[in-house]
Amino acid sequence: MIWGGLVVACLACYAFKLAGLSLPQRWLEDSRVQRTVPLIPVALLAALVATQTFSTGRHLVLDVRAAALGVAVIAVLLRAPFLVVVVAAAATAALLRLL
Amino acid sequence: MPSGRTETRSADSRRGIVRDALGIAIASGAYAISFGAISTAAGLSILQTCFLSAVMFTGASQFALVGVIGAGGGVWAGTAAAALLGSRNALYGLRLASLLDVRGLRRALAAQFVIDETTAMAIARDDASLSRFAFWATGMLLFAFWNTGTLIGAIAAHAFSNPRALGLDAGPPAAFLALLAPRLRAREPLAIALAAGVVATAILPFVPAGVPLLVVAVLVSVYGVLRMQR
Repeated sequence: MIWGGLVVACLACYAFKLAGLSLPQRWLEDSRVQRTVPLIPVALLAALVATQTFSTGRHLVLDVRAAALGVAVIAVLLRAPFLVVVVAAAATAALLRLL
Repeated sequence: MPSGRTETRSADSRRGIVRDALGIAIASGAYAISFGAISTAAGLSILQTCFLSAVMFTGASQFALVGVIGAGGGVWAGTAAAALLGSRNALYGLRLASLLDVRGLRRALAAQFVIDETTAMAIARDDASLSRFAFWATGMLLFAFWNTGTLIGAIAAHAFSNPRALGLDAGPPAAFLALLAPRLRAREPLAIALAAGVVATAILPFVPAGVPLLVVAVLVSVYGVLRMQR
């Protein structure tokens, strides 16, 4: 079951990569496509940040992950490298759970 | 001897490109360590984790897939999120198509390397042969470090029995935030990000897992298309 999802997701991602190199240029040069597609990662990543911080399953919760996200925001504003942002957030959550 | 000087300059440019590509690859390797750790903490096996880095090979989609699975959203919700996030690579391919000018098997191989970093490195050159060199050098180095980093992170996190105690469930939101931040340098994307976060959270209790992401993707697409008609 999980392998099926992984393979389908990999195929879909590869199809997008190959499409850009292969499809007629004018399809993707359409201004609506050009302006809309870059907005999709912005909206999805923001939705992922919010839902994975403030929910467990289908319940809204406020726990140590919110504090961890706050630390991550500070790290990003300080232009910390990717790994530092992730480790700082994880360490915050781990420490708060120890208290 | 102008031709000799040109060759020397070209060799210098290539050395510079390899140095830049190596820097990007090492940074991505560190990022891949966190992916490997988060993926095994989300319940994927080491083999599944490494499979994603080798075959999917596009970071944001990989993080989305394992992030959604880890949060209990189910594998198909994660698959949808990964595919939607991968759509931007089609636009990168569009920009690279004329630069790379590849056919057949070479195109099939080049496609796997069509990601943020290789596109940025390739389009930054003013010479087509240097563009191609930058694309392939960045792609190959990044692939090597990305997969090595993933394996290290997966093995390291696999050794711990309780990833929550390490705070690894707080890792994915931080990873998504770090991926999002460079895209927020104007007012419009910032407004879209805030709206998407609020909408997704607000509807989450009322719809099946994964649906908030799809709703947000549809809404932003409708917004993008309608805005252009004005």
